[in-house]
Amino acid sequence: MTFDALPEIAESVIRQAREAGATDAECTISNGEEFSATVRMGELETLKEAGSRGAGVRVLIGRRMGSSYTSDLTPEGIRYMVSSAIDLAAVTTEDPHASLPDADELGSLQTDLRLFSNDVAGLPTELKIDAAKRAEAAALAFDPRITNSEGGAFDSNIGGRVFANSRGFAGSYRWTYCSLSAVPVATSGESMERDFWYTMARNFAGLEDAESVGRKAAERAVRRLGAVKVDTQKVSVIFEPRVARSLLGNLFDAVEGRAIYRQASFLAGKLGEKVADERITLIDDGTIPGLFGSEPFDDEGVPSRRTPVIERGVFKNYLLNTYTARKLGMKTTGNAARGITGNAGIGHHNFFLEAGEKSPDEILRGVKNGFFVTELIGSGVNTVTGDYSRGAVGIWIKDGELAFPVSEVTIASTLQEMLNGIAEIGNDLDFRGSISAPTVMIGEMTVAGR
Amino acid sequence: MSFSDSFFAVKFGITRRDLENYLGDALSRGGDYADLYFEYLATSSISIDESIVKSATQGVSLGVGVRVIAGERTGYAYSDDLSPEKIRHAAQVAAMIAAGPAKVEKTPLEEGQKRNLYPVLTAPNETGFKERVELAQRADRAARGYDSRIFQVQVTYADNLRQVLVATSDGVLNYDRQPLARMSVLALAKEADGVPQQGHAGGGGRYELEWFQKERPPEYFATEAARQAIVQLGAADAPAGEQIVVLGPGWPGVLLHEAVGHGLEADFNRKGVSAFSGRIGQQVASPLCTIIDDGTIGGRRGSLNVDDEGNQTQRNVLIENGVLRGYLQDNLSSRILGATPTGSGRRESYEHIPMPRMTNTFMLAGESDPEEIIRSVPRGLYCANFAGGQVDITSGNFVFSASESYLIENGKLTRPVKNATLIGNGPEAMKHVSMVGNDLKLDEGIGVCGKEGQSVPVGVGIPTVRIDRMTVGGTA
Repeated sequence: MTFDALPEIAESVIRQAREAGATDAECTISNGEEFSATVRMGELETLKEAGSRGAGVRVLIGRRMGSSYTSDLTPEGIRYMVSSAIDLAAVTTEDPHASLPDADELGSLQTDLRLFSNDVAGLPTELKIDAAKRAEAAALAFDPRITNSEGGAFDSNIGGRVFANSRGFAGSYRWTYCSLSAVPVATSGESMERDFWYTMARNFAGLEDAESVGRKAAERAVRRLGAVKVDTQKVSVIFEPRVARSLLGNLFDAVEGRAIYRQASFLAGKLGEKVADERITLIDDGTIPGLFGSEPFDDEGVPSRRTPVIERGVFKNYLLNTYTARKLGMKTTGNAARGITGNAGIGHHNFFLEAGEKSPDEILRGVKNGFFVTELIGSGVNTVTGDYSRGAVGIWIKDGELAFPVSEVTIASTLQEMLNGIAEIGNDLDFRGSISAPTVMIGEMTVAGR
Repeated sequence: MSFSDSFFAVKFGITRRDLENYLGDALSRGGDYADLYFEYLATSSISIDESIVKSATQGVSLGVGVRVIAGERTGYAYSDDLSPEKIRHAAQVAAMIAAGPAKVEKTPLEEGQKRNLYPVLTAPNETGFKERVELAQRADRAARGYDSRIFQVQVTYADNLRQVLVATSDGVLNYDRQPLARMSVLALAKEADGVPQQGHAGGGGRYELEWFQKERPPEYFATEAARQAIVQLGAADAPAGEQIVVLGPGWPGVLLHEAVGHGLEADFNRKGVSAFSGRIGQQVASPLCTIIDDGTIGGRRGSLNVDDEGNQTQRNVLIENGVLRGYLQDNLSSRILGATPTGSGRRESYEHIPMPRMTNTFMLAGESDPEEIIRSVPRGLYCANFAGGQVDITSGNFVFSASESYLIENGKLTRPVKNATLIGNGPEAMKHVSMVGNDLKLDEGIGVCGKEGQSVPVGVGIPTVRIDRMTVGGTA
């Protein structure tokens, strides 16, 4: 079944739902083709290639909602899906805020977002395997201490989304991406460490060079060797961009509408207040061409836009879908997100922290005693209270220089204090995925070790 | 029941001959081994928020995954269409990994031994929605009724029924019907003008819906979630630095999952990238520790009659009296290592390549009285519950996040402390276990394990355990 056949199926789902008694309905269909090749120690390890699709429907009967999904897009599969959703609307409760977006809120960006590239579909398998091999080989050749590898990988995806609802919206778009990564393992004496590097782009030409991916991964693994635990103390902490992104992920959880209306966020009720250092400007923007968080419309058919979330330290906007907007007496910000199952939740587009002026090196040079974090593990962030406590790996900073590797420690603070205690923001914002952040330095956090 | 009465034979008319043909296609370019994994998954879920049944959803996904192994290489393809031409196409794509003449010798398919660890006549997924909605509503009422400071409650009930069929070129033919259900409750509590705190509880397994009436009624999970939220209202800052840590019984067994379990999965070990690589026969934990991974415990969330490669699951001893005994093997790793599969090959769905995974991982009970363990600690941290964890299998460093913990002062639990992250190194941390309680408890059945992007349900368990040295992250 080709992508072009899907809009008609979506329309028929809406029609069938209306005929079965739905007052409103929406249908989302996605399809995708995935390819992945992994190599290890110079040999091809796995090759995976396949395509799949699925459809989901949400119906409203008055103020009751039901939903269902299927991977079976035959007429029988579709009929069964629609009748399941109708049946389920009978077991849910009337919810005064349940509804689709108003007709004037619907729409699609007309600009070309450059989400799809023809070159991804035509890439020869050999070329993709070769890229993975070259990335891994460059890692293995980088340093004699790179003794092993979890491999190199090349992935490419072609996907499409179709969305229609009973208020007249019908839209579709296609997207592509490919990515290349390497995961080398370094050893020295008893110490064994791995790290990774990756590149991701909408088209093959946009990827970083394979050798450079391998070298960066290897450099990162080698510099972790011989890591020690430090004494428990309070120091400045620098998050490199790759880990600063996870902080933004935590902030997203605290500014999305569900957490807000449930009062399950430390930022609930703080709209209009100063919640962060005035150098902090946090944006959600679904309209930037070529980026991974861009889309012409959200998963309720509302056009993407640019929403300042925190502007110069002041909390300006929540990120909302239609339901949470109605709960809060506001308007959707076009942030509805869903897979094919269930109801629309909330997602972000390109969610990023605006860059500052100093280079990462300048920031580093200003630190006398501190911790440069290169990886965080664990899930110890509580966005209800703001309490923050995670496992960390990185390099200790002495007199403005990276001095020695550190592991088996944790860093702790609260998101409130971290937002207000931002000491520096780097100029190195880099859109590698839909959440992006430059280097960030927090004035003081607790590092727990010995 | 024989194959001809099994789900895929009846519903999709799949015959032994079909399976043999598809396996033939998969090995048409050579290759040492091929397998087919058919999956039909029906799911449903209900969620309650603000006492409103806001969402009820159900659906079906189905497909088949075809794998070909040639040496250490794997080719994989899948189809969400079970028509013969689509399956043959997937088999031919997977076959591309090999380059040679077709494999001609064929092993006839033979049905594996049958057993049923979850004799569920009517799966929860096959019952009426109304009953399941009522269970969720009972949980909502109970959590709200627990204390007037509870102001938000979310209840999610979810179940699924997975039908699987595995056929391999080694002649294995196995099928299984795998029901699973889970309820979880999240409660938020607040003092008049205070900061909200949350509590979470849940559980389930491969049971009839009746289990939620008789064994673990909704009120059980609801009051537990509400209780945890209320406890947090009075929590003080957690201490930072190395401490004596006592883990309570049950879900804190997630320590074993992170500190030990992942590092013993055979794929990491055959590649030599695990902190436990090459250490079989060595002392990697205190002699008090015997750690088991057991996929055969009746009804448990992590249990399976057969793994996702058609092998019967079993009870595997990972660490015996502190000595490393064995790894968790799937078909690929065991072929390469010349080991026997341990029934540990699992995958998230037909779209995924199987890997060695855990099932139910726990430590056997010791001899200490749990009270005596707490009394033995002059100053330390008692962790009753955890939110989850993560491990870097190469360095061996792992973390896990306490969601309910108390200070121990002079052998007594004194006051609750805020959530903190604990960090340790796998092969080292377990050497500091100095007391093991006689109170082994398995968790309530809520665990999900993620590895390389694939999630599978698992269980954990542990008795009360004293660890003499572990770094506690503290708060603020």
